[in-house]
Amino acid sequence: MNTNPPQNRGLTAIDGAMVLIVILLMVQIWLLSATLESYLAGHRDAAVPGAIISLILFGACFALYRFIDRVDSEVRKH
Amino acid sequence: MSPITFGRETMNWFRKRSSTPLWQDEFSVFTADERYVTRRQFSKFLTLTSFGMVVGNLWILAKSLLHRETAYPRVVVAGVEEIPVGGVKIFNYPTSNDPCILVRIASDNFVAYSQKCTHLSCAVYFEKEQNRLECPCHQGFFSITDGSVLQGPPQRPLPRVALEKRDGQLVAIGMLRESV
Repeated sequence: MNTNPPQNRGLTAIDGAMVLIVILLMVQIWLLSATLESYLAGHRDAAVPGAIISLILFGACFALYRFIDRVDSEVRKH
Repeated sequence: MSPITFGRETMNWFRKRSSTPLWQDEFSVFTADERYVTRRQFSKFLTLTSFGMVVGNLWILAKSLLHRETAYPRVVVAGVEEIPVGGVKIFNYPTSNDPCILVRIASDNFVAYSQKCTHLSCAVYFEKEQNRLECPCHQGFFSITDGSVLQGPPQRPLPRVALEKRDGQLVAIGMLRESV
């Protein structure tokens, strides 16, 4: 039986989602710096995959944020 | 900011319609909710930062799609016999604000690079004994033969100046920015 109160379970889920967002953001920061270095070195081919992957990572971050928002509003209703 | 009306529906700009007023959602009167509010606001900040990264990548994409090849001038840099083997000449190319370094590495071999280090733009110089270009600021070393990074913090090679021999003179005809 899960004795953890709903308030704490919600917080655990939010903390997990936040850690995921932080990891995705770190990958995005690395991706931006690598794409910029590549562009400045004269390789313009990396710009398209860089932008697409960055967009996908942002989509994942946004989905996690929506998840946090939903958990937050559901838990605080009770 | 006032809400916009579409038909009979009223839409808010940034927030779903809710029975809870915004001030109560963002600054809850309940102490227990504070942990939720701070976490949600922090994750909102992280998501906005993520959006900033996307904007940066899209900016690079736009720059690379709109890139046009620059037309470089033809400029006489030096006479072939003007510089001894192992000698150096500093010149500006393609504009007067772009210092470059010309090195005669063999009797029939000349190389020229931008003098700005690709790390933080310090001026590189030719170290004859080590046969390499050195940046004194942060100990970045570049190959004299192709400008590639040998050691140190720079990530990119030095842009190379394309040279042409004509009538006993060395003429700069363009910049080669492709890395090696």
